[in-house]
Amino acid sequence: MNRIRFIKSGLFTTIQDKGRWGYQQFGMPVAGAMDNFASRVANLLVGNDENEALLETTFMGPEIEFDCHEIIAITGANMKPKINGDPVAMWTSIPVSKGDKLSFESAVTGLRGYIAFSRIIKVPEIMGSKSTYIRGKLGGLEGRKITNGDELTLGEKTLSDTGTYIPKNFIPIYPKEYTLRIILGPQDDYFTEEGIQTFLNSTYKITSEADRMGYRLDGPLITHKKGADIISDGIVFGSVQVPGSGLPIIMMSDRGTTGGYTKIATVVTPDLSILAQMAPGTTLTFEKADVYESHKIYKEYEENISQLKDFMKNYRFEFHNNMMFNLNLLGKKYSVTVKELIQE
Amino acid sequence: MYESAKFLAAGDSSVFMEFGNSISPEINAKIRNLVKRIETSSIKGIIELLPTYRSIQIMYNPLEIGYDELITSLRELESSLHEGDTEDYRIVEIPTLYGGKYGPDIEFVAEHNNISVEEVIRVHTSTDYLIYMLGFTPGFCYLGGMSDKIATPRLKTPRPLIPAGSVGIAGSQTGIYPIDSPGGWQLIGRTPLKIYDPSAELPIFLKAGDYLRFVSISEKEYFRIQKEVEAKDYKVNIIINGEVRRNE
Repeated sequence: MNRIRFIKSGLFTTIQDKGRWGYQQFGMPVAGAMDNFASRVANLLVGNDENEALLETTFMGPEIEFDCHEIIAITGANMKPKINGDPVAMWTSIPVSKGDKLSFESAVTGLRGYIAFSRIIKVPEIMGSKSTYIRGKLGGLEGRKITNGDELTLGEKTLSDTGTYIPKNFIPIYPKEYTLRIILGPQDDYFTEEGIQTFLNSTYKITSEADRMGYRLDGPLITHKKGADIISDGIVFGSVQVPGSGLPIIMMSDRGTTGGYTKIATVVTPDLSILAQMAPGTTLTFEKADVYESHKIYKEYEENISQLKDFMKNYRFEFHNNMMFNLNLLGKKYSVTVKELIQE
Repeated sequence: MYESAKFLAAGDSSVFMEFGNSISPEINAKIRNLVKRIETSSIKGIIELLPTYRSIQIMYNPLEIGYDELITSLRELESSLHEGDTEDYRIVEIPTLYGGKYGPDIEFVAEHNNISVEEVIRVHTSTDYLIYMLGFTPGFCYLGGMSDKIATPRLKTPRPLIPAGSVGIAGSQTGIYPIDSPGGWQLIGRTPLKIYDPSAELPIFLKAGDYLRFVSISEKEYFRIQKEVEAKDYKVNIIINGEVRRNE
């Protein structure tokens, strides 16, 4: 059996895939990877379906010992990944040997890291998904986060001899300040004009109450016309709720399906991948788009991923065809690995 | 109820179709009829529907359908609904053991309303409760129709852990806890049924539009049913299109 073992769990590591869709009418939250872009790319880099289950790590990555050869990819937050103590590149396929140890430090950019495995993680699918939903104690590994000493079984699969990477200009930069594009509504008419202007023209800070369920923001208060309560209705990833306190909460992957607070706006989907990487203390502003503009943004985002898929098909290198050079530059030693691309 | 549905965009891949701004069986019935129509329609790009008290949230893939095309198709479906369109409905029996350690607050509910414990049970079991929607936690049903005779405010201090299956009252609402969770409802009983069972083929068997009928059972029956539920042998009693009992 192909296994990996967690010597250290990391701060908060869970198994996630694209989420549990189709059961919201039964009150079942979707859950799923917080960063859509990084999780899809990680899967593609190891030759998986882009929606396959993978590890989502938070701020401090785990230490993993491999009991089998494997191909992995690491994307998302930069937690300085190392194999057996030597730094390895992110956003590329990496061959790992039996006995190797993968370790991380704390994130220098971003907040959430993804580790995809070519021989997919074997945990049961519940309602069509392997995603961990912590509050419902289901999915992933026994419905909980990974703890020290846990083992995961990987599937059976012949590993590819070749890997790929993505070009540097496609690798996202995780900022400390970001402008999220939003569509006003569905309850923008519950707010005063002043309240809407406050929301659109102020800077909000992500508080320490920010997790997979939602991000509470701090900043100028948004005023309602009369009350913040509505008859409970649906909530999506990116819904911006404003309860009576006047401070917005952005709902994330583990949101409940329904809620009774006014929603001033909804964040456009592609911007949620960046938001998922923003830690408490970073700041946000909001920029209005209409639904047609949002569809244009959505399409550009998906076209970007299609281009990446084409690139990954065409630019492949053989794992065993690496050349390593040791360089001495300005009194420092560097090890440089060169990969020969396969000629078509 | 609005003359015709309001459409409210909620981001780039979902839209609310809102039918009114109140909780009423009429609005809810229209929602259920339309959900059925949308599910069997050929509108492309629809991922999932989330019916709630007074709206349907439609999740869609903007790569497959544009906003205007989606709205036009949904409007057409709405206008094709006929007055008095009815659908089959189910009355689902919920065997419930009232009082004792299963319903530790039943005496308080009785005292608060100046009635006997037996009367609390009689009132609670004599009405059928419409499931307006599910939400909050997996399998949690928002029920309508409880008699004011047993209405009781929530506990001042919520309990840290309420076992799954607990039946409670909060204000003029009644409900069942589908999973172990903290909560402040007055607990009057417990059902041996698993309202949420992640290991079942259909983890949540209740749906919006069903009616729940609580049936008082003895402790002996509770354990028998619990055993059968564990062995997946228990067959829930469901009445199709039966006579719905409204509160007095």
